[in-house]
Amino acid sequence: MITAFTPWSSLIGGLLIGASAVMLMLLYGRIAGVSGILGRILPPVAMGDVPSSAAFLVGLVAAPLVYQAATGVKVIQTVVGSPLVMIVAGLAVGFGVVWGNGCTSGHGVCGIARLSRRSMVATLVFMVAAGLTVFVVRHGMGG
Amino acid sequence: MRSVIYGLAGLIFGLGLVISGMADPAKVLNFLDVTGRWDPSLAFVMAGAVAVTMVGFRMTFRRRAPVLADRFHLPSATAIESRIIVGPALFGLGWGLAGFCPGPAITSIALGQPATVYFVAAMLVGMVVARQTARLIR
Repeated sequence: MITAFTPWSSLIGGLLIGASAVMLMLLYGRIAGVSGILGRILPPVAMGDVPSSAAFLVGLVAAPLVYQAATGVKVIQTVVGSPLVMIVAGLAVGFGVVWGNGCTSGHGVCGIARLSRRSMVATLVFMVAAGLTVFVVRHGMGG
Repeated sequence: MRSVIYGLAGLIFGLGLVISGMADPAKVLNFLDVTGRWDPSLAFVMAGAVAVTMVGFRMTFRRRAPVLADRFHLPSATAIESRIIVGPALFGLGWGLAGFCPGPAITSIALGQPATVYFVAAMLVGMVVARQTARLIR
């Protein structure tokens, strides 16, 4: 399906993401990497990190509900994929973000903002891999 | 206090994801579909996020320490070794299949689509496997 190009709301959303990242770094000196934060509540767990990490995730989960309650607008979402595809994708994403020590927020936003060459490489790799995957799935498979 | 601030940061982050459209896998996949139904919106999300973060980090790192903690916890690894290629490659593959990366997936849980739950459950399993594998090969 076609999705509308939304430069302004996308930009504003990005500014909010950035604000969250600056908040965590300025106040607690931490990278706002969702995979890292998630990792802290998964085994092996360092108990001291759990409350704050869990709180961040609760905030993340609550966000669309807060948005809907505040604006009266339903969040539009098209999630397509058989359970098998979702499971394979989830396993790949989960393994990959831990193995590569970051995801779009950790590497793509915070890492690039720090001018980390490592994060720039990681971001380039995942962007290319994702683009190739979409190309093959949408245009390569008997398309 | 720390949990309250972290919770607020998570909420702001999640609102950013929702408002930007990044919680919609269709929009993400269309950004990645460069030769097809290209929707450039994600570029604007990243541009906005990186711009704010870059400026904010620059100001922040002039300080000796964070406001509420005794030191900055920055990744010390700088080497481009195989993990930084293999990991992101796998991540990108999964992202390109589902249109979800960790943040948007977690944010989407409350929207209740079954496909999201499959993804998140598998993602958590994948993360645990990677963590244990990393420890074993250390």
